[in-house]
Amino acid sequence: MRRDVFQAIADPTRRAIITLIALHAMTPNALAEHFDITRQAVSKHIRILSECQIVKQEQAGREIYYQLDINKIEEIDQWVEQLRKIWETRFNQLDKLLSTIKNKKNEK
Amino acid sequence: MKNDLLFDFTVDKSTKTVLITREFDAELSLVWDAFTRPELLDQWVAPEPYKAKTKYMNFEVGGKRFYAMVSPEGKESWAIQEYTSITPKTNFKMYNAFADADENPELPGSEWDHNFSGQNGTTKVSISIYNESLERLEKLEQGFKIGMSMTLDNLDKLLETLSQK
Repeated sequence: MRRDVFQAIADPTRRAIITLIALHAMTPNALAEHFDITRQAVSKHIRILSECQIVKQEQAGREIYYQLDINKIEEIDQWVEQLRKIWETRFNQLDKLLSTIKNKKNEK
Repeated sequence: MKNDLLFDFTVDKSTKTVLITREFDAELSLVWDAFTRPELLDQWVAPEPYKAKTKYMNFEVGGKRFYAMVSPEGKESWAIQEYTSITPKTNFKMYNAFADADENPELPGSEWDHNFSGQNGTTKVSISIYNESLERLEKLEQGFKIGMSMTLDNLDKLLETLSQK
């Protein structure tokens, strides 16, 4: 079954999975440890990501690693945007914090 | 907030490094504190809707910060950072690795280098993240590949987005 690539990023858990494996390829167990849902639920999300052709499996010895499919990257600018947004969001939060602290200092 | 603050995000394949540069509309000492004091770090470092929770932090060479990113559902993803070099208000370096709740790191991690410089009330922070494992970098590149071209193509758009927030 093939799915629309946007279905991959429509769900927050799948976005989180993409963000994690963007940093490095992960085994199913390592991946599941990052989530509070059942392994079955994580597997289901991975299956959908595979059907969207975003995630591919790679066998390394006994372990299976999930990694991003580089050929699909062009279609998923959105998730790169997501990744960049992490840094954007972080820094915007810092902007706010700095501004709050500065204002407090000025009031004193 | 100033609208012309720099934000740059690139990957340098030859040096296996991700480079992030950002300017902040604040004095150097304040920005330094925001990067090096746990009570401040916890207020900004986790992208919403995640929260950061520092269990402990000893900001000294050889000291560590053990912290979690906490999801809205309360799920904790732990990481451990060890400070390898500190030059106050100028530079600090650390080794970062994912960890379990018992502080066991998942190696290999990555080397982070932060440089700070202040001018006329604006502070520029340059962060480089070096991944020692070539294999790990290959995975990382798949994630960051487009980021580089986007930096060039969409810099204007990006700055616009930033200034709207």
